[in-house]
Amino acid sequence: MDVRLSSEQVALAESVAQAVDRLGPGTVRGLDDVERVAKLDAAVAASGWRELRDPTDGPTPLASGVEVAIVAEELARGLADVAFLGPTLAAELRRLAGAPPAGAASLETVAFSARLDSVAVVGGAGAPGPGPSGLVAVDARGSTTALMVVADGPGRALASVPLGPAGAGTDLTRPGAEVEVATGAVPPVVPGSGRLSDAALASWTALGLALACADLVGTMRGAVDLAVGYASDRRQFDRPIGSFQAVQHLLADAHVMTEGSRSVARHAAWAVDALDPDDAVAAAAVAKAYCARAARTVCETTIQVHGGVGNTWECLAHVFLRRALLATDLLGGVGPSLDRVLAHHGIGGDRGLR
Amino acid sequence: MDFGDSAEEAVFRLRLRAWLDEHNPGLPASSTDDEYWSGQAAWHRSLYDGGFFGATWPTTIGGQGLPSVYDVIVDDELAAAGAPPRPSLGYLVEGILEHADEDVRTRFLPGIVNGRDRWCQGFSEPDAGSDLASLRTRADRDGDEYVITGHKVWTSYSDDAEWCLVLARTDHEVARHRGISAFALSMDQAGVEQRPLPMINGITKEFGEVLFDGARVPAANMIGPPGGGWPLAMTIVSHEREPHELGFAGRYAKQVKDLVARVASGPEGWSAEQGRDLAWAIVESEMLRLHVRRRLSDRLDGIVHGPEGSVDKLLMTWTEQTVGHAALSIDGARATGGDDTLMKVYLYSRAQSVMGGTSQIQRNLVAGRILGLPAS
Repeated sequence: MDVRLSSEQVALAESVAQAVDRLGPGTVRGLDDVERVAKLDAAVAASGWRELRDPTDGPTPLASGVEVAIVAEELARGLADVAFLGPTLAAELRRLAGAPPAGAASLETVAFSARLDSVAVVGGAGAPGPGPSGLVAVDARGSTTALMVVADGPGRALASVPLGPAGAGTDLTRPGAEVEVATGAVPPVVPGSGRLSDAALASWTALGLALACADLVGTMRGAVDLAVGYASDRRQFDRPIGSFQAVQHLLADAHVMTEGSRSVARHAAWAVDALDPDDAVAAAAVAKAYCARAARTVCETTIQVHGGVGNTWECLAHVFLRRALLATDLLGGVGPSLDRVLAHHGIGGDRGLR
Repeated sequence: MDFGDSAEEAVFRLRLRAWLDEHNPGLPASSTDDEYWSGQAAWHRSLYDGGFFGATWPTTIGGQGLPSVYDVIVDDELAAAGAPPRPSLGYLVEGILEHADEDVRTRFLPGIVNGRDRWCQGFSEPDAGSDLASLRTRADRDGDEYVITGHKVWTSYSDDAEWCLVLARTDHEVARHRGISAFALSMDQAGVEQRPLPMINGITKEFGEVLFDGARVPAANMIGPPGGGWPLAMTIVSHEREPHELGFAGRYAKQVKDLVARVASGPEGWSAEQGRDLAWAIVESEMLRLHVRRRLSDRLDGIVHGPEGSVDKLLMTWTEQTVGHAALSIDGARATGGDDTLMKVYLYSRAQSVMGGTSQIQRNLVAGRILGLPAS
């Protein structure tokens, strides 16, 4: 038992941090700087971070869930506004279905249900209708297609669907896109893909939750840094507001919640490849419930510590909160995660609490 | 990076599991019952004799010199077997190890570790709680001895203890932090009066107050140098904030296991709100278990306790109080007598945000020493 990061993992975190500190938005206005975004995207593309879950010669991925989580955390800390989570989860779906990688030429992300709590699934009879599919792709910047699941009797196949234009939703750093599936149409199955078993889908869910947790941890770290910096500079009553105990205790709690979150998130990332899929999902659900609750409180604290400034569009505080809210809903927030925790202990689910 | 056991760790875990099949005393969860405290000394010695208590301390004081993570395995397995947690006295051992001279270490530490001697910690006083440096108990030199006069309170295990690590003022001229010395004082003497102090959950054997009226302690029993009491106390309280020194992660895991078993045996009788309270208890308890693993792994780099102990103390407090709220939610208030174990668990949990330094003091330390915020 030794849960320290290896020296290679520490070096990975440092290289991601360098990229995002140099090329991240830095300010709310920076989000509109298309040249900067292109540079950050090029740096991430060149790094190979999006391909960490591609298969090696065999079925095992190039890197474990821990490395992927390290990248996700550092990118989130710097509010990186380029695709990572979506393409990584798409690569994982391909690997688990035995399909070849999408290749570096085009980005691909994943489509989710409208509430974001599960991967998008359509029945063998085609998309539900009438009207738009209601399915949405997340983290879709640069992607023109998304993967989803076609339930075909007892089996599941991987399908690729075209996306509409990417546009910002709640999260200003990661635009989504609508899935363009005509009513009744069955999207084409990805060439070379086999069936996705229950275990494979559970394993994918564990990675998705673990990545969302890492994203939340990074967001919390960034938000706490922002608030501590502001509290140290901002003066009222002729003193820095960070010298007041009332403010100090808010920030201390935010830091402590972030540290607890790091511990559960690290375990969830390790569990993806080290535990059975069901146990990995249970570990991820514990982490998700903890991190999601913490992240909302921490980001709200950052807004509160910024006072009036924190309630204006140009303060980065709401950008952290917005990013946290999307990561929270991805594959289920606090409530669904607690339900998973109880089900793993034999409570709830079919046996139902009143 | 591996949360799993190494081969050696797995062997240790299986050996402990087999040992527990034979030796689990079936005491109630600590904190809820006087019966636990009565059986604690025997449990301590049994656990030590089995090779499972103090395993991570140096061999010179009766330990086995194993890495700190072995304590995590002990906590896991005790909780899984429904056995009582480890006795909570690691902080005393760490404090004496770091500050006492060879003579004091040799005379006292083996007896603390192997459970032969029971100890209590005479720090807080009626007018010196969070502001510990204002303590007024005095130690006056008289030949080869010191004479102790004063009043200690909220002293854990004082009725059971044969020895007290007492902080007393030896120098009234210097700055208040510098005039305090520490002693190993025998409780078995005239001049020491121990009174039980019932806690809000009704248990009488944990808390006490101790009155010293001319109690005597040999000068050779001073722990550390004259005036060295404050740094010793700071070492002890910082370790007292670390859940793994206390074995509390195991205590919470056991309580959560009991709550889960109660609800899982007939889930149709429970409300969604009770389910939610229980789920949070599971999540928090699991968080603390994993957090302790992260902290102890950091120790492999030689990182020792520091202000991070205040982070851990707050996490431990939130965990205990979340478990307490789940216990309250699941059992509720009672109109008449009967088995009020869960109410006792809940009421005891309120002490965690006070003992070992209040949550407000911990937040001050996190803000100042970790976040670097300006002094208030």
